Amino acid sequence: MIRSFDLRRRAWLRAASGLLGSATAGLRLPAFADATSALAFNEIYRSEGVLGLELSAKSKALSGKPVRMLGYMAPPLKPDVRFFVLTRAPVALCPFCNSDADWPSDIVVVYPRERSGWAQDGLPVAVTGTLELGSSVDRETGFVSLVRVADAVVVTLK
Amino acid sequence: MNYPIRIAALAAVALFAVPAFAAAIFPIDRAHFLAGSRFDFKVEFDRIVPEQAIRITIDGVDVATAWGKKPQYVANEDGSNASSVLVRDVVVPAPGKYLVAASDGLTTQKVVWDVYATGPRRAKNVILFIGDGMSVANRTAARILSKGIKEGKYYGQLAFDDMPHMALLGTSGVDSIITDSANSMSAYTTGHKSSVNALGVYVSRAKDNLAHPKVETITELVKRRTKMAVGIVSDAEVEDATPAGMVAHTRRRADKDIITEQLFLSRADVIMGGGSAYFLPQKTPGSKRKDDNDFVDLFARDGFRIATTDAEMKAAAANPATTRLLGLFHPDNMDGALDRRFLKKGTVDKFPNQPDVADMTRAAIEILSRNKDGFVLMVEAGLIDKYNHPLDWERSVYDTIMLSNAVQVAKDWANGRNDTLIIVTPDHTHGVSVVGTVDDAKPGPEMRDKVGVYSEAGFPNYPEPDQDGYPPSVDVSRRLAMFYGNFPDYYETFRPKLDGPNVPAVSKDKLYVANEQYKDVPGAMLRTGNLPRSADTGTHTADDALLTAAGPGSEEFHGFMENVEVFRVMVDALGLGPQPAKVVGKPAKAKVPAAQ
Repeated sequence: MIRSFDLRRRAWLRAASGLLGSATAGLRLPAFADATSALAFNEIYRSEGVLGLELSAKSKALSGKPVRMLGYMAPPLKPDVRFFVLTRAPVALCPFCNSDADWPSDIVVVYPRERSGWAQDGLPVAVTGTLELGSSVDRETGFVSLVRVADAVVVTLK
Repeated sequence: MNYPIRIAALAAVALFAVPAFAAAIFPIDRAHFLAGSRFDFKVEFDRIVPEQAIRITIDGVDVATAWGKKPQYVANEDGSNASSVLVRDVVVPAPGKYLVAASDGLTTQKVVWDVYATGPRRAKNVILFIGDGMSVANRTAARILSKGIKEGKYYGQLAFDDMPHMALLGTSGVDSIITDSANSMSAYTTGHKSSVNALGVYVSRAKDNLAHPKVETITELVKRRTKMAVGIVSDAEVEDATPAGMVAHTRRRADKDIITEQLFLSRADVIMGGGSAYFLPQKTPGSKRKDDNDFVDLFARDGFRIATTDAEMKAAAANPATTRLLGLFHPDNMDGALDRRFLKKGTVDKFPNQPDVADMTRAAIEILSRNKDGFVLMVEAGLIDKYNHPLDWERSVYDTIMLSNAVQVAKDWANGRNDTLIIVTPDHTHGVSVVGTVDDAKPGPEMRDKVGVYSEAGFPNYPEPDQDGYPPSVDVSRRLAMFYGNFPDYYETFRPKLDGPNVPAVSKDKLYVANEQYKDVPGAMLRTGNLPRSADTGTHTADDALLTAAGPGSEEFHGFMENVEVFRVMVDALGLGPQPAKVVGKPAKAKVPAAQ
């Protein structure tokens, strides 16, 4: 029990520190890997109020630049959809499957570079790609997002 | 599984020309509804029927004549091989039993409606409290924690324990014995049963969520017929099923952006709760809208005071000029009493200024009672359900205590007035029971060895409650053993979740597995679920809901009643039935004695 927890934690630490280990063996790192900045969920917004969230200086500065984020892959909208939702914590509910469920307010939408091979929900992942800010509507699904990581390389951490 | 069945069904259609759709009439058979209340009438045939072959009558009178409106004929509804007939926005003005018959030339469907009148107005105000998902065990545990018990006798009662009238409610819906908070609330607010996830509509075969046959809500009825004020208060999102039930017409409760528009158009005077994310235009970070409408701005321009904190709410209520208030205190559901007052978990650090439901009730009454014509106020303790779902009984019980405090506010206000009907009821129940105590001092290697039943249970040792009735600590050495009977895979820890609301199961490849976060809690035990693996949490039950009531009209509650009768009692107390108000179309002809 404790062992698996430790392993998982180590994987997170490796990913967080940029020392990507065996989990990424065989994957080509994106060309901009060196310039990539880590962005944590609690760094996206400066404040969270009833009447809206305010983006942090850090996320504004990283807009259009390569970032790496850690989070959990939420259940996909449909098997063939082009994106997935990255959440701070594992989602107990699948908002797409359950009409009673809503997404947390600080989700990030990830558009993976590879169109397949990443759709395993519930897993912790490291996502590396270009940070995009601002309201955007997914053309296929109508899903509205405010923060995105585009052209992303997705590495499963577990 | 589905695939072969579907193929088989198609084959049957092809070979034997079996109709693909069931025939239906809305309102449905045995509908028991208010004379003069509006609804959409719809007949669905099970095949394509030429318009000239259709004959639809009410007590033998053609519907077009009865309502003075040409029915809308749809040859292929939503492209299907079946025809429908619709007459929108009609009433049956006189009470009685009505036989409705719809013939396609070959067969005839028949339903009977039982339309009731009301007496004269006896209540100036109605306050409807909903303890969402509040089960009998929630009440029992709240009474133990909040009032204390010794030698089998409680030291006191909850505010809704000593109300003079009581009933058991059947909560089942048109489609299922198990209801959700949408159709159960819709039953209270419209007097018509509906189906899971639906609000203010009968679920027909329409594909568009907004195209199903509507039934009038109490908000619409009150605003159309009277000058009364309406208040909608919840600690869930204000677009969530229960508050939405006051105003909404949609087949899917998840249409929260649309429900926000319906709240705005409802003319309700006080709206308070969480769910601000659906009020913000999509360009605002944190918005959950898909358009540019800014509903905070629209409400403000419509003359509403806006409050986003407890202090702003109280200041607005104290101002005698305030007659309309929009209070939004959280982008999502608000936090419950245990987190707000004691543990400071959940999202309390981000939103430290959320009001308590008891204070929201006080503020709402203060504002609404400025209307000399009276008011209808709905107050929901929505988180009782939100915590029963993830098997987090402590949080659900603290919120049951909070509901008791809110009811006390209303009782204190109504005391001596004798003009206010107060109803307190769940909308449905959960499979939860108080089974004994968990005593850390009991011997045994496993936590289940520490569960005391019968004489071994004794009494728990929660500390003396504070002035608001809450024990300051929920983490005691001899606590209630309270278990849920219907659950997904999860780790039972036999302890309160002090780090934040429980998350029993998490999604893994579209199925739900036990959340390993609790695996290493000392004594944690894996309980293999008894629900399908698609269930993420505990689920609602068909167990009866226990209603209590006081004030004029409350004497109508007794024995077992269908949930739709709550609507009848409210409109009867308000005298909303036999009014000479403008009605649509001509009165239907003479009533028939019990048809069929």
